[in-house]
Amino acid sequence: MNATAAQTEVIKESSMLKQKSMIAANYDALTSTADTGRKVASTFVPGNLNELIMCFDMLNNLPEINAINNGMRKKSGAMIMDAEKRGHSEDVCTYVKADIGLMSKGNMAPNGKPLPPPDLLLLSYTGCFTFMKWFELLRHEYGCETVMLQVPYEGDGKVTKNMRDFVVKQLKQEVIPALERVSGVKFDIDRLREYLKQSAEAEDNLVWVLESAKNVRSPIDAYFGGVYYIGPIFTAFRGTKDAVEYYEILRGEIEQRLQKGQGPITPEGDMAEEKYRLVVEGPPNWTSFRDFWKMFYDDGAVVVASTYTKVGGVYDLGFRHDPDHPIESLADYCLGCYTNRNLPQRVDLLEKYVNEYQADGLLINSIKSCNSFSAGQLLIMREIEKRTGKPGAFIETDLVDPRYFSAANVKNRLESYFQMIDQRRKSKSAA
Amino acid sequence: MSTASIIETCTALYEDLNFESVRAWKAQNETRKVIGFMPVYVPREIIHAGGMLPMGVLGGGDQLEVIHGDAYYQSYICRIPRSTIELGLTNRLDFLDGMLFPSICDVIRNLSGMWKLMFPDQYVRYFDVPQNYQDDIGGTYYINELKELRQGLEQVCGNEITDQAIRESIALYNENRNAVREVYRLRAEQPWKVPSSEVYLLMRAGMLLPVEDHNKMLADYLAAAKEEDRPLRDNCRIVVNGSFCEQPPLNLIKSIEMAGCYIVDDDYMLVNRWMLNDVSTEGDPLQNLASSFLHDSADTAAKYCTSDDQVGQFLLDSVRETGAEGVIFAAPSFCDPALLERPMLVDRMAEHNVPHISFKYAENSGQMQPIREQAGTFADSIKLWSET
Ligand code: SF4
Ligand code: SF4
Repeated sequence: MNATAAQTEVIKESSMLKQKSMIAANYDALTSTADTGRKVASTFVPGNLNELIMCFDMLNNLPEINAINNGMRKKSGAMIMDAEKRGHSEDVCTYVKADIGLMSKGNMAPNGKPLPPPDLLLLSYTGCFTFMKWFELLRHEYGCETVMLQVPYEGDGKVTKNMRDFVVKQLKQEVIPALERVSGVKFDIDRLREYLKQSAEAEDNLVWVLESAKNVRSPIDAYFGGVYYIGPIFTAFRGTKDAVEYYEILRGEIEQRLQKGQGPITPEGDMAEEKYRLVVEGPPNWTSFRDFWKMFYDDGAVVVASTYTKVGGVYDLGFRHDPDHPIESLADYCLGCYTNRNLPQRVDLLEKYVNEYQADGLLINSIKSCNSFSAGQLLIMREIEKRTGKPGAFIETDLVDPRYFSAANVKNRLESYFQMIDQRRKSKSAA
Repeated sequence: MSTASIIETCTALYEDLNFESVRAWKAQNETRKVIGFMPVYVPREIIHAGGMLPMGVLGGGDQLEVIHGDAYYQSYICRIPRSTIELGLTNRLDFLDGMLFPSICDVIRNLSGMWKLMFPDQYVRYFDVPQNYQDDIGGTYYINELKELRQGLEQVCGNEITDQAIRESIALYNENRNAVREVYRLRAEQPWKVPSSEVYLLMRAGMLLPVEDHNKMLADYLAAAKEEDRPLRDNCRIVVNGSFCEQPPLNLIKSIEMAGCYIVDDDYMLVNRWMLNDVSTEGDPLQNLASSFLHDSADTAAKYCTSDDQVGQFLLDSVRETGAEGVIFAAPSFCDPALLERPMLVDRMAEHNVPHISFKYAENSGQMQPIREQAGTFADSIKLWSET
């Protein structure tokens, strides 16, 4: 290992190790509730109310994250097939089936111990219809208390007072009382303010990190690397000291990379040359995550901005959790998540990304499972091509169902896309 | 008037993909406006109260050749949005002044934004509904949404939509819902007299006709059907569930009946039956519409069920009330609401020993043989089961 590579390892490991230990500690806490007596709330990444859950000393278990974990560890395929055998349609979201399959296989956490059944299903119904039925299905299995927080969709591309009031009212009259009931802990708004202050601090640094990709020779990959960077804020750590520290460390690392003129870190070390700068719309495929990523960095393609890293909050548009308006800010947070924004807003955001991040074009990874993201993406692509004059490309995979990841097809499609970008450049410089 | 001549009118309406009847209605007066809406429910009363015609847009069926629409959707998305886009891009909906996209699933939700981009001159609204059924929470939210809808529609029609006008429209739609319920009741009692294909066409006609005309049509049909003598067949009685959005081809409905199953209840055109009882015509009409929505409306997979023991109860009640012997779960391929909910409904039916089968269709499914065979075997098994 040469000196640069060794240094890379150290830089990489500092934030990654921190995140790894946070995740492990959370799984340990989740799998030891029989001893500790702590209560567990299950909820979703968009509209995740982690700070509120923490106010009741409860633990946060996110089934989407469990599905991703099992996807990356190549265990989700069998779980999905198991759920399909039990009557779940092949046509519906594979996160749901991976979760139901996981349950039937003993609900094992990555630490090899069983996850406890939730004490509360906190159905944060933000930006995805499937969420509603997913938790109805889980309630059917677990028979536990369920509380619904309906977050109206930004159909007209804005949040109205009525929408906000509705969410605030539900939080006050339904969600908080349910959390109090299940946990036995009285709600303390000052405790919430403290957590929200920490959230905002971490969010500032996350945005800085994501926006570092505006540099030509981006120090990060904002999709494949980005999914790690959003990890703590999108999951069980937003509002914690750990998350604040994580983002400080991460920012420090990226600052150093910038100073040194380094590109993103990949699983195989520093990325060599930055040949293509892409904006990506849609979640990644998890079952072949590494192979998928490799197809990009092998060809010098860096993702400079992505919408998937906004599903748990579009912080780069300015939203921050606000300790001065705690409940209202939780409402605004839920209302503003990426998939709760209408299609014209999504197009506007992508156009902004292509321009501001000086991208060569938009790549859409269309996910078979996910109507929330996928329905309308072909129009999105055309609109972006029209508005920016940059070429778009469209690939199709799935989240956690390995049957829908065809490496050869994806690779071919990507290679022809890169060629298309090359040709555009040549014809531009010739003109 | 005979049922045959009424059904002939309905069939002509159903087959006309240029919506000439609606065009003719609009052409009668240049101030007339038409507002399209998709499944599963919109408060048509408010549109009507503005002097406008609410028109159900239910996809392109099996006769529309979809050329452009397929370029907008991946293969794993249901058919109705692509055929709806096809209708739009081929100018078949060019007379619409507005379009409402109810909150039913993410496909229709996203289509609302696509429509905004593709047809910028139309009034386009994503019509959200409460999944919280408390009057002071979901109710307040919904009343304010209805107010916003009313304001938006006022811009389209250019008039104030008064409370009194809405109350009058509610009365007309109450009449309509009563007649619709009566048709369903008659079919459940004497299904041989009221074939499901006819009920279906009658309900489809209600998506295009002014409510006053549809009311008359339903009354005429009821009078004629009661008089008619049709042979009783040895069919079993089933409820169809899961077809509330993308519609099955008419042939599919006929095939189920030909295979030996009388359909005694269905969820094809829920907007006609959404309110289970009369909406009050006294007092604040928006509050009355909200109250009926929250406490007295049909259940479907697009709604949240507040407790597990309520999931499937509406279907179970329908099975009991209509004396059905089984359920056919017939959902469009790739339909999130119907297919996600299905395992819970299946469990509920199994708990109560209600026989059931499941299949998927698309609005343009051509091959009926497998469905006929499946429904036929199901009918035979029900008969055997009831004999043992
Ligand atoms: S449909 Fe999409 S947004 Fe919804 S749970 Fe599945 S992957 Fe997530
Ligand atoms: S058929 Fe189902 S998935 Fe498709 S638009 Fe209708 S409700 Fe949505």
